[in-house]
Amino acid sequence: MMVTPGWYMALAAALFVIGVAGILLRRNALVMFMSVELMLNAVNLTFVAAGRELNVIDGQISVLFVMVVAAAEVVVGLAIIVAVFRRQQTASVDELAELRG
Amino acid sequence: MVELVLFVIFGLAAFVGAITMVGARNAVYSAMGLMLTMFSVAVFYVSNAAHFIAVVQVIIYAGAVMTLFLFVIMLIGVDRDEDRREAIPFHRPIALTVLVLFGAGVLVAGRFAWVTGPVAGGDPINGTVEAIGGELFRTWVLPFEITALLLIIAATGAIGLALFRRDSEVGR
Repeated sequence: MMVTPGWYMALAAALFVIGVAGILLRRNALVMFMSVELMLNAVNLTFVAAGRELNVIDGQISVLFVMVVAAAEVVVGLAIIVAVFRRQQTASVDELAELRG
Repeated sequence: MVELVLFVIFGLAAFVGAITMVGARNAVYSAMGLMLTMFSVAVFYVSNAAHFIAVVQVIIYAGAVMTLFLFVIMLIGVDRDEDRREAIPFHRPIALTVLVLFGAGVLVAGRFAWVTGPVAGGDPINGTVEAIGGELFRTWVLPFEITALLLIIAATGAIGLALFRRDSEVGR
């Protein structure tokens, strides 16, 4: 029995939906951030599987760029979370309403 | 056959890791679940002939990013209990409904829009360092340089966020 790239894509879709669940259900900013990382990983897996299916290496190049952008995003996002925590003593997104008009 | 066994084992691992990440009350357990998922995804990369990407996945994600996450979790406290009451009315039912609809949409889109066979002939790709590097520095040089700029900006921004604080905060 062969494992076709479609199987990987199905698994990636499941991981992506779990990531969306984390965004929707959790309130800890850190866990929401990890959910974003999970979604990015799922999309990366899709890229690689599709690249293998289509016989092009561009999928893997795209994954490389997504990883770079994700790394930059993690650095800035975690710095923002720490900065917010220093001011508000909380990492719950429900209590961060400073910008509310 | 080997690929099937690997897929089943690490597919389960990735699934369990992801569920753990979303469900765990302690943020450290969440980080550990995500780490399990990332290692499993690295195995899938190897199965899909993306060897260099798999190495980068382990070093960058499972190594650097998760270490950063763990540091921040330790910094801002792991023992704070998350408030699990619903602040928005019907928050959880609405979220689950949206989630089910989204999952169904993904499945429908996958059933009808995913690629089903190779359209380009030629040798199977092999994501070695040579192949990736050749493509990266021939076709994608400009985006590559721009990502370097992006990383510098991100590092500067993070330092700035950590460095500048209001006077009232000092000594808190």
